[in-house]
Amino acid sequence: MDNRQKEIDNLKDYKYGFSTDIENTRAPKGLNEDVIKFISDIKKEPQWMLDFRLKAFERFKQLKEPNWQKPKYPKIDYQDLYYYSAPKSMDDKPKSLDELDPKLLETYKKLGIPLQEQARLNGIAVDAVFDSVSVATTFKEELTKQGIIFCPISEAIQKHPDLVKKYLGSVIPTTDHFFATLNSAVFTDGSFVYIPEGVKCPMELSTYFRINATETGQFERTLIIADKGSYVSYLEGCTAPMRDENQLHAANVELIALDDAEIKYSTVQNWYPGDKDGKGGIYNFVTKRGLCKGKNSKISWTQVETGSAITWKYPSCILKGDNSVGEFYSIAITNNHQKADTGTKMIHLGKNTKSKIISKGISAGYSDMMYRGLVDISSKAENSRNFTQCDSLLMGNKCGAHTIPYIKNKNLKSNIEHEATTSKISDEQLYYCNQRGLNQEEAISLIVNGFCKEVLQQLPMEFAVEAQKLVSISLEGSVG
Amino acid sequence: MLAIENLKAKIEDKEILKGLNLNIKPGEVHAIMGPNGSGKSTLSNILSGKKGYEVKGSVTFEGENLLDLETEERAHKGIFLAFQYPLEIPGVNTNTFLKTSINAIKKARGEKELDALEFLKLIKQKSAELKFDEKILSRQLNVGFSGGEKKKNEILQMSILNPKLSILDETDSGLDIDALRIVSEGVNSLRNKDNSFLIITHYQRLLDYIKPDFVHVLKDGQIIKSGNFELAKELEKVGYEDFN
Ligand SMILES: Nc1ncnc2c1ncn2[C@@H]1O[C@H](COP(=O)(O)OP(=O)(O)OP(=O)(O)O)[C@@H](O)[C@H]1O
Ligand SMILES: [Mg+2]
Repeated sequence: MDNRQKEIDNLKDYKYGFSTDIENTRAPKGLNEDVIKFISDIKKEPQWMLDFRLKAFERFKQLKEPNWQKPKYPKIDYQDLYYYSAPKSMDDKPKSLDELDPKLLETYKKLGIPLQEQARLNGIAVDAVFDSVSVATTFKEELTKQGIIFCPISEAIQKHPDLVKKYLGSVIPTTDHFFATLNSAVFTDGSFVYIPEGVKCPMELSTYFRINATETGQFERTLIIADKGSYVSYLEGCTAPMRDENQLHAANVELIALDDAEIKYSTVQNWYPGDKDGKGGIYNFVTKRGLCKGKNSKISWTQVETGSAITWKYPSCILKGDNSVGEFYSIAITNNHQKADTGTKMIHLGKNTKSKIISKGISAGYSDMMYRGLVDISSKAENSRNFTQCDSLLMGNKCGAHTIPYIKNKNLKSNIEHEATTSKISDEQLYYCNQRGLNQEEAISLIVNGFCKEVLQQLPMEFAVEAQKLVSISLEGSVG
Repeated sequence: MLAIENLKAKIEDKEILKGLNLNIKPGEVHAIMGPNGSGKSTLSNILSGKKGYEVKGSVTFEGENLLDLETEERAHKGIFLAFQYPLEIPGVNTNTFLKTSINAIKKARGEKELDALEFLKLIKQKSAELKFDEKILSRQLNVGFSGGEKKKNEILQMSILNPKLSILDETDSGLDIDALRIVSEGVNSLRNKDNSFLIITHYQRLLDYIKPDFVHVLKDGQIIKSGNFELAKELEKVGYEDFN
């Protein structure tokens, strides 16, 4: 009778929690030079790529795992993980979707991402990454006609070495922090995008990450380059099976926008969050950084973070080009025992640079949410502006919300504005909505969606609806 | 339509209602007056289904045991409460709230939901009738509304939802003279042989406009006296002290 209710009931349990029974090719367990060579070898990488990895690994050995974040986690034994796992059927790369293992096609269908031609209807080009390999990229030909490159990064390393060599590690160097450096050493696959000068990418590009194998870390790498005057909107989605163990996901995403170019990067992160008691779930330790390299360039991050046991990430913008613009729109939701320490960094280097931060944190159950952000305006960044709005919404009495905005303004002609609020959904508010005919779920959904609509509006249409549902579902059962 | 028998209510071991009886027939308007803290809001909360009370006794609404129903189910059946203190909900647009509300009720009743255009028409008509500034409806629900605006917003919702039983909890408190008249007209325009009202007030003035069929005095958790409109006038003169 009530379709919405049915839908919610269906989704109540993490509906992406199934796993695919598939034979894997794996690297030997552990982290060492041989494993790195194994990965590089299986991907048929050129020497410069292997050198890049080994250099990162050398550096990694000297780094200490950071521990300043709020959510603590048990020590990870990096020697007890697999760094490469891929379906055996991908050993000889299938040339078309028809050759793809039906089990993989079935998996993506179940996830709501039909890779076959019906995907055409959605008008979204998809790159599907399954554990350590990209299994399929759709719409390639159409994009190629306009000179757009959208392919697995492992393919780009072979086919477009000049672009990769020039930009890989240019925003997140191999000498960066612990997890980013680890990624540089062992990354397996991910997406590569290049939009040529003056081209407005005609469709949404999207990557779908799926963790399937056990005891395996996922280390993808995404590199997006928007050449002068170009535009691209890119979307990232992710899910993982329900497992009792915690799995590490440490991706690196680098964005580069040249003069007058614009990149819009949206994430709907729904990794398995662990069960009600906090057992299992993904550690989502991701480094995302965009460089507004050219003048008048713009990078905007939009994230809807509902999954993962621990989310620890700060998608950032380096505003190097004069008049460049950085934006960060975030909804982060934690329920049950989930924890998040997330925010952004806006580094103003160029003149007249502008940044805007809109962060909406929602915590429920026993969860804990931290917004941590840095706005840094250098002495040369004259007439720069930042506006930050940080809102927290609490549900119940057992969760926490914290806000730490770091502000460094070294330029007297620049200006930083910060606003923050904390509110609570009260039983009285819910009663008021109930009295007007809304049931508990509808009431929470109305209030929460009202709370984060500024961010939801930033998402591409097709995803805004999905995200809105996801927001309501994540908070299922958190009140009453 | 509504039959309350020997209703008792406790919260945190404090007894608030102590055996209350009340019968409301279709089309009747009942007024309840009573001193502060006597249990008037508690009664309206229990009728509309607020949780947290320990309730004894029986309440039937159109032959059904009301106490078994969820808050929203009661709303679907046509019970409306104009809150003494309407709640603020930041971020939620007032129009969106009204539309979600009316459509939730329509859906539950198996009626066709209103589309954007139909809703807009309805809202335009009703706010004109109540001289309610439509601009307010594009603001966040009750956030920054003046006391009177909040009350008028409750009456606007009432007239849009056209409930069978409307409970008004001190809707007249805080209204200016013009608003009081408009609100009364709003109530009067919804009056017909099927719709009933339970009006809680401290002042005779509202009753002058509305002319209730019955007036009850609620004191210390019980209805201690019932009468017609004349009772309100008497109360205004002598106060509650002498009513025992
Ligand atoms: N949650 C609660 N815990 C303890 N006591 C409560 C609670 N809610 C109400 N009461 C008490 O119950 C009594 C009745 O309250 P109620 O709000 O029903 O009064 P009222 O008749 O509406 O008064 P007023 O005219 O001031 O609006 C009061 O003494 C009040 O303090
Ligand atoms: Mg009261």
